[in-house]
Formats: sequence, structure tokens, C-alpha cells
Amino acid sequence: MMRPFRELTAVAAPILRSDIDTDIIMPSREMKAVSKTGLGDGLFAGWRYAAPHSRELNPDFVLNNPDYANTEILLAGANFGCGSSREYAVWALKEYGIRAIIAPSFGSIFQNNCIRNGILPITLDESTVAAIAADVARAPQDRRLFISLVDCQVRSPDGTVYDFAIAAQHREMLLDGLDAIDVTLKHRNEILAFETADRGHRPWVHAFPPEN
Amino acid sequence: MTQTLFDKIWDAHKVADLGGGVHLIYIDRVFLHERTGSVALKSLEEAGRPIVHPEQAFCTMDHIVDTFPGRGDETSMPNGGEFIRTTRRAAQAAGITLFDIGDEGQGIVHVISPEQGIAQPGLTIVCPDSHTCTQGALGALAWGIGSSEAEHALATKTLRVARPKNMRVRFEGERRPGVTAKDLILHLIGRYSAAGGIGYAVEFAGEAVRAMDMEARMTLCNMAVEFSAFTGLIAPDETTAAYVEGRRYAPKGAHWEAATAYWAGLASDADAVFDAEIVIDTGEVAPMVTWGTSPQHAVPIDGAVPDPSTESDANRRKAMEGALAYMDLAPGTPLAGLEIGAAFIGSCTNSRLSDLRRAAEVLKGRKVADGVKAICVPGSTRVKHAAEAEGIDKIFTDAGFEWRESGCSMCFYAGGESFGYRQRVVTSTNRNFESRQGPETRSHLASPETVAASAVAGRIADVRSLTESGQ
Repeated sequence: MMRPFRELTAVAAPILRSDIDTDIIMPSREMKAVSKTGLGDGLFAGWRYAAPHSRELNPDFVLNNPDYANTEILLAGANFGCGSSREYAVWALKEYGIRAIIAPSFGSIFQNNCIRNGILPITLDESTVAAIAADVARAPQDRRLFISLVDCQVRSPDGTVYDFAIAAQHREMLLDGLDAIDVTLKHRNEILAFETADRGHRPWVHAFPPEN
Repeated sequence: MTQTLFDKIWDAHKVADLGGGVHLIYIDRVFLHERTGSVALKSLEEAGRPIVHPEQAFCTMDHIVDTFPGRGDETSMPNGGEFIRTTRRAAQAAGITLFDIGDEGQGIVHVISPEQGIAQPGLTIVCPDSHTCTQGALGALAWGIGSSEAEHALATKTLRVARPKNMRVRFEGERRPGVTAKDLILHLIGRYSAAGGIGYAVEFAGEAVRAMDMEARMTLCNMAVEFSAFTGLIAPDETTAAYVEGRRYAPKGAHWEAATAYWAGLASDADAVFDAEIVIDTGEVAPMVTWGTSPQHAVPIDGAVPDPSTESDANRRKAMEGALAYMDLAPGTPLAGLEIGAAFIGSCTNSRLSDLRRAAEVLKGRKVADGVKAICVPGSTRVKHAAEAEGIDKIFTDAGFEWRESGCSMCFYAGGESFGYRQRVVTSTNRNFESRQGPETRSHLASPETVAASAVAGRIADVRSLTESGQ
């Protein structure tokens, strides 16, 4: 069971540079155990800390700025989360406390990983994300962003409301915190029927491995 | 109703329409490696979820395993042994075929899957690894997923997938001398951006693609994810069938006949409609090299570092400025001639036998420049042994390259071995991201022959000038 996502009012921080890859979000050197937890400290390690292998905070990084303390929403540039499939990036974001990310576009594996872990990826165009970032920046702790997945809306502190679209399937999974495997196993009979029919169409795929 | 190659494979695997453009897709094969597969296997075990068809899943050791001679379970990466031992134990417990350290079948997942005939036309193949798109070169629908998705595929034999749109990229005309599949894909990403393929399954087609051997096709498809495509794929043809035939996991006998007949019908219909199309004049493409921290920061090797002030998009300009500072480069600096400290040949992009042969051609009778750390890591144990049978290892080591055991090695830095702080590296890999090959390393992506020529020159070098002058 994932934590359901319905509505959220929270501090939003801008990381607007485009094409931020999952190596930046979670460097491989920070993936130290066969585990989905214990990863929050590694988040953005290359930018967040003053030097490689140090834990001294880099004061120039937005999430280290006290104005953006307790950030739960990221405002990002296009193609956020491109690159490596490492789900460790999403586990690290989740552990840090990020619950939603708003960007013009996402790396597709990253976007799926977000949905599997209860993080809401919202797609809004670049000028909208920039406008929200500017509005929030006037006083980030006070000017919190409101997100409703129930109504598929983002409300900027200045009152502007932005509608967003998300696949109905993904919305449902997030709203109810559903486990994808449990939901899919309800289709077990359809899967078995498909397999039986497909064995006739593509026998070499199912009679596997072949005998040498 | 006409269909593309992608449509045909997708529709043949559609178990159910889940609404909103999301379909339940049957997954034929799952591949795992010790980096992201370990956590998937462990998580399934903890949840008590069985793997429904373990005989159709495979696992290899490539990401964390060392590539030094005489390697074992302990690695230079902190806690690497845990990833290796967890993977081995869980794979064996689940009954998954494991290509372990010391096994002839071991190697980088996207090298060994085609090599053993596991990747085949018309299959759906997934792996918790973004470069799974490499296997689309076989005419398979192969894409990278997260670890949770891998659990889903293993436990249900399906995935819930939003159907991507169709794009075709046609490389028409012929490649100029010194231009490889790597240069074509860097050219595409450089021109149409690292986000150019978002939301699309990209079919690579055209005269130049038809003319490619399978290994070049794999290089091309490998970087579809660097274009942010859902995946890349190439219609199976006689080259494909000839490549697959006789391999360990290829269909045999009557199954082979049935399979090849089926594969022959997979190509996109002549009048199939694509949602987007790009046509590239292959004859205009030069050997490419990257200057920045995204594969889209690619320019012809005789080009220069671009000026961010010419970029109209503010966020992209910000990314370019960040990249220049990180790479310690100024606008207008020519790429050729840039001094390097290291050279790397390997990775799922460019570590196959043909890649090593071409690099060896450049290295034959030459020496790596003083002060350059040069490493070659064959993509699989079989590739390594085949290269050694041809004497290619000798050419590399005589030139001053290290010759390693197979694996992903320093395509990425996992906290163990690295090229060193802020080292400038010319590399045949796929990602020039920040700190990808070591702490704050500065990576320049290029073809294996460009890496070889640069290693010899001690600076980024145009392989065409080296070949002509015979330096």
C-alpha cells in the first residue's frame, strides 16, 4: 500500500534547468545497499554538498536555502529525470519528502517510477512552471502551492488555477495508493487466456528455452 | 488499417485495454542485473510473490562487478559484494538463469542478450536498465523500466504501459568514411535535442540503417533513451535473421521456420502512418564529439564549443552555461586539440567485437600518449575471448591500453574505481552526465575509433586526419 495522494499544500522549490538526469538526482556512488530506503541523504549529492564525498552543505543549492525548508514540491525544467532507469532516484526523492514534481516533460521511466511510488508527476508548459516559480519565490514559506489530484488542478499562491492532465489509470493508482501488482493480478484469467492463445500463434516464444 | 513495426508488436502483446491509453502488455523476456535487479528480486521475496515464468528471465553480473583480472565477489565499490551475493542467491532461489562471474556467458546485459539469441524479433523484452532499447536493433520491442516495474513483470508476466506514439527517423544516403552509427545517433540528438523523442517509439530506417550490420544497429538503438524515446527499434530483415540463427537461445528446427516466417511480416507497412518523421542526410554527418554534460551537447569533431547566448530557451541556456562551467570550457574553443587525461572503450554502446576491431585498426603500431590512462573493457566474456583469438588484445596492450574483464566498468562511477577528480575523458560510452565517470569528471562522448585516435594524440583527435597522415 502506497501513501495515497489526494491534495497537498506545500513549499515548492525551483530547479528549472532542463534535462536534469537521474545521475544528478541520485549519483550511483550513493546507492550503497540493496534497499529501497536509506537513500535520502544521497539526493542531489553532487549539488547539495560542498565537495564530492563531503556532507558539508553547499549554501548555493536551492534545497539548502532556509527559504525553501520543508520543500515537498519540485518545480523543474523539461525532460526532468532523463537518463538512467535507477528507481533509487525516486526512492531518494520520496524519502527526502518530495510528493509532487511539476515540469514541462519527464523522462518516461522516471515518470513511471514516480507513479509506482506515490509521487505525482504533473506536466505543465514551461512558461506556466516559470510563472509558478516566480510567484512562490516572493516568500516561499508563506506562499505555498496547492495541488489537487481530485480536481487535477494546481493553484498558485496568487490565486491562478492551472488544470493538468494525467492518465486516468495513473490518477486512480495515486489517489488510492494502489499496488500495481495487486491490481494487475485481478486480470490473471485474461493473462492466462492470452498466453494459451499466443502459444498457438508464437510457439517458439513459449517452448523456451529451446532444446539444443 | 496499416501498421508500423511498433504497432504490430504492441498489438500482438496486448492483453487488456485498461483505459486512458494504458494497456496491459504481455512481457516475453525479463533481464536483470545486480545493480537494480537485486533489489527487485529481494523485494519480491519479501512480499512472498512468486516469479511466474523463471525460465523466461535472465540475470547477469555487469554493473558492480570489477573488471580487473582475477576479480571475485568483492569489488572496489563500497558494499558491492552485497549486490553481487544478493543477486546470485535470489536468482538461484527463483530458478532464473544467471550468467555469473567466471561464466563464458557473462557480460553487459545488452551485449549478451543478442549474443546468446535471447533477444529476437517481435519479442517484448524489459530490464530495469534504461539502455534496454539497445535490443530493439533485433526488431524487438525492448525498453527500460524501474525495479518495481521489473517486479511487476516477473510476478504477472505483464506491464501496465501507456502506449507511445510512432516516430520514424530515416537515415538516407551513405555514411562518409570515419562516420559510425555512434556519430549518427549523436548527430540526431545534437540536432533534435535530448528530449526530441519523448513519448515516441522510434523506428530507425533508411538506406544507411539497412546497410548496417547488427552491432552497428545496436549502437544506434542504444542511445534512443538519450533522445528520451520510449525505445528505438529496427525492422528485422535478412541481416537480423542471419545474426540470430544458431545462437544458444534461438528457435530451432520447425520453430525456426515458423519464427522467420512471422518475423518477415513485422516490418512497417509501406503506407504506414507515423505521428512524426525525421529524415537525415547521412552523407552530411561527420564524426561527432560532445562538449557538455548532456548527449545533446554534440558537435562535429572539427567544430567548436557553442555560445549559450545563441540559445533562445532560458532553461536550456541555463543548462548550457552550467555545462560550460562544469566542463571548464569557453564558447568558441575547438573540440579537436583539447587535452585529455583518459580514454575509455567499452559500454553497452560500443564494446562489441566490431567496435574493438575498428579501434584496433587505429591503434595498430601506435602508442597511447604519455600521461593518458587508457582502458578497454570488452562487452562480454565471449567478445573478450573472440578478440583475444584475433590478437586484438595484443594490439591494445602494445599500444598502452589496459585490457580488462567484461562489464560496465567506468561507464559510470559507483564509488569505487574512477578516472579521478575533474579528469577529462574521451569515452565510447553513452552518458556525459556530471560525475558520471568519477567525481566531477569531464566526459566527451565519441566513437571507439575517435577514442583510440584521441588516446594516441593525447588530445581529442579527428580519426580521419590520423588515418590519412599515418601519424
